[in-house]
Amino acid sequence: MNVTIEPIVGRYMNLEFQGRPHRIYFEEAGQGIPLLCLHTAGSDGRQYRALLNDAEVTRDFRVVVFDMPWHGKSSPPAGWENEEYLLTTEGYTDLIMTVARALNLERPVVIGCSIGGRIVLQLALQHEAELRSVIGLQSSGRVNPYYDISWLYRPDVHGGEVCAAMVSGLMAPRSPAPHRWETLWHYMQGGPGVFKGDLHFYTVEGDILDRVGAIDAVQCPVYMLTGEYDYSCSPDDSTATAAQIEGAQLTIMKDLGHFPMSEHPEQFRTYLLPVLGDILRREGK
Amino acid sequence: MTNIEKLPELVNGNAALVRRGKHFSADVMIEVGDRQHLVRFEQGRIAAVTPIRINLQSWTFAIRAAADVWERFWLPVPPPGYHDLIALLRYGRLRFEGNLQPLMANLIYLKLVLETPRVLEAGR
Repeated sequence: MNVTIEPIVGRYMNLEFQGRPHRIYFEEAGQGIPLLCLHTAGSDGRQYRALLNDAEVTRDFRVVVFDMPWHGKSSPPAGWENEEYLLTTEGYTDLIMTVARALNLERPVVIGCSIGGRIVLQLALQHEAELRSVIGLQSSGRVNPYYDISWLYRPDVHGGEVCAAMVSGLMAPRSPAPHRWETLWHYMQGGPGVFKGDLHFYTVEGDILDRVGAIDAVQCPVYMLTGEYDYSCSPDDSTATAAQIEGAQLTIMKDLGHFPMSEHPEQFRTYLLPVLGDILRREGK
Repeated sequence: MTNIEKLPELVNGNAALVRRGKHFSADVMIEVGDRQHLVRFEQGRIAAVTPIRINLQSWTFAIRAAADVWERFWLPVPPPGYHDLIALLRYGRLRFEGNLQPLMANLIYLKLVLETPRVLEAGR
């Protein structure tokens, strides 16, 4: 029998967040500079499976990925059955900083995709002294809503199927089928109403385009990587945001879409490794 | 023969695709520029494609786009913004009309069905 055990370790932490006890699942691999990874709306930390397994990255970075509450293996808090899940800028920011402190991540680099790419801009605004740098994937201060998100949560349409259907085209046509369908599977497994609740932050509450100009990219360098096939956070959206942030470094990625780390890890790493190399150089390594 | 008229042969022999659509039966109007087709879906198979030449035909929902938009959509590797039905929708290049519940409930299936002509273009 030929078995390969991956170097990833998964554990649960129990902590208080927003005044309520939570049980949060996280995975990590590697050692060195903390690299905290944020998954997209309606998905979970499996999107970073390739990064956690990338020896060239884990040689210099402690890669940490957690599932947000309500996502993946992190359950919603007790009493969830009586509330509507809605992600907010304040709650999301608090969550990330709480997790970083709980795991003793000292001045982490935070990398986030989509909603994660949005919140890293907020982190750079609000917590720049506690961070080494931020990397926004499919990152923008604003996206214009382009469909009625109530389709994502109603009893006469299967939530998992429709969530996957609404994101399938965000990937590049040449991304390998196994990775594309794995990415869709995560969406199909999302809890009812969770993707929609995340999009509340993304398309309604969390518009920060008018504030990103105040980011100090000298104190907290801002890297932005955007896949060319993304029509949710399009290259134009990222370009408009980068133009507001003095010193932000934006690269448009060929043959990638909205889920670069998950839809085509081999293509994505050709763009990510130079960014990580730049972060190492700043550390004098 | 138009790409829409070729859908029965492209879809009905694809067992995985038919299985994915087994709960979908509806009459769908697909417009390619000035040509309109009535596509009859029955449990994931395409029972008939009929050009619409007379008034007062009814359908469950319609998918409308210009001929050059479909042309780019069917390229083996379509350019960004032309690569997906929802991408076309997002940029105002395609319209859905009618009762959208069956469309949204079977959206992965319908996307895959309408992408099948790409294999024809790849063979040219």
